[in-house]
Amino acid sequence: MVIELYLDLLSQPCRALFIFAKKNNIPFEFKHVDLLKGQHSSEEFGKVNVLKKVPALKDGDFTLAESIAILLYLSRKFNTPDHWYPSDLQKRARVDEYLSWQHTAIREKGCQVFLTKVLVPFIIGQPFLPEKFEEAIKELNSVLKQFEEKFLQDKLFIAGSEISLADLVAIVELMQPVATGYNLFEKRPKLAEWRSRVEEAVGKMLFQQAHEMIMNVENLSTTPLSPELREQLKQQLLKH
Amino acid sequence: MGLELYLDLLSQGCRMVYIFAKKNNIPFEFKHVELFKGQPYREEFGKVNILKKVPALKDGTFTLAESTAILLYLSQKYHTPDHWYPSDLQKRAQVDEYLSWHHTNIRANAPKTLWIKVLIPLFTGQTLPSEKLQNVLKELATSLKQFEEKFLQDKPFIVGSEISLADLVAIVELMQPIGVGCDIFEDRPKLLEWRSRVEEAVGKELFQEAHKMILNIKELRNIQVDPHLKEHLAPVLMKMLK
Repeated sequence: MVIELYLDLLSQPCRALFIFAKKNNIPFEFKHVDLLKGQHSSEEFGKVNVLKKVPALKDGDFTLAESIAILLYLSRKFNTPDHWYPSDLQKRARVDEYLSWQHTAIREKGCQVFLTKVLVPFIIGQPFLPEKFEEAIKELNSVLKQFEEKFLQDKLFIAGSEISLADLVAIVELMQPVATGYNLFEKRPKLAEWRSRVEEAVGKMLFQQAHEMIMNVENLSTTPLSPELREQLKQQLLKH
Repeated sequence: MGLELYLDLLSQGCRMVYIFAKKNNIPFEFKHVELFKGQPYREEFGKVNILKKVPALKDGTFTLAESTAILLYLSQKYHTPDHWYPSDLQKRAQVDEYLSWHHTNIRANAPKTLWIKVLIPLFTGQTLPSEKLQNVLKELATSLKQFEEKFLQDKPFIVGSEISLADLVAIVELMQPIGVGCDIFEDRPKLLEWRSRVEEAVGKELFQEAHKMILNIKELRNIQVDPHLKEHLAPVLMKMLK
């Protein structure tokens, strides 16, 4: 039986997984869980991931949540090239270090920008609050500075001279605020160069393919949401 | 030069690294970074971890931040027993799964109990309205429910029959509310039993030793906080006061 990956490419972690699997020719069945239709809340999906979040993996009877866990699982099971998760102890530690830090840094702040600029006004239909957006941008800028100073420095990639899971996880998160129109690469030449290298290493076509939906996210706002779904999303998202 | 671990046992991340290193007889030099005192360490410490957070590791010229990364590095470098990070693909994936989820769930809420009950009053002289704590406990309750339903289920430990890094990471975080009198184990017998098993597996003495500071956190109320630190943390605290 082929591995099933439950994905919605609007989601950053889903994109990382999609790119990784495709790049490494890992055979999988793409199971679309349409977030805007609330499919992640369905009982059926709940059997795959009781936390009701994407991405999720199903490998026979084995189910797994959390994109980082899934990326690592796939890299081991399919013996992907060493650079993705280096066997060198110190390089591997650099990858682990980034994957840990990013949860409450790049990922959190990138999500917040997306939430304030796109999700709240277009999907939930509440007013856009410019102060909240400005604050989110400020916080993102702060972690971007840490990213450049600590994680990237003068290296080609986070772990050294080759791309790893760390760069992949980073780039998909950074594309989320970019999709809102905030070109965070514009005044950051070092970061822009890193982005080019990552796109090159992944393959430009695959990168574009994975990001097609999110880059056109504002067109999706025309998809009508049912009032129940809108309310549900509102509850989930407005905890921030 | 040997392994140096930069720690303050008030911090959950530090406790997990401390317990893991001690339990596995990993030789290290304990470099105390006192979070609440303005210390000469500070500039030196910035060279160890530019993010200026504990825990941090220094192994020769190699420096490393993030407790999860440090745990994984130590487990691999010192070839610790398999159960900590099982070589079995699926069990290992379950450890990874917990370690990932932990950041934005248990770790997002449990520490706030300490901020609200001790640190904010200590730093600002203000006490927050009780509903702030209630809200945090409510969110924590949701995380604990998910913890029991998805990660623990009916198993002795998160991954199965033996303790792993996942249990260690979880338990130290959950001791934070205990330290400030929020007994989250009280109405949760299954969780309490799991806690006992974890303490047993780690070693009761070592567990107590690691948690001595956090369990006596009320003594912090009399501490002289470095004014520089107060200033630095004020914006963070203002956000929490919201």
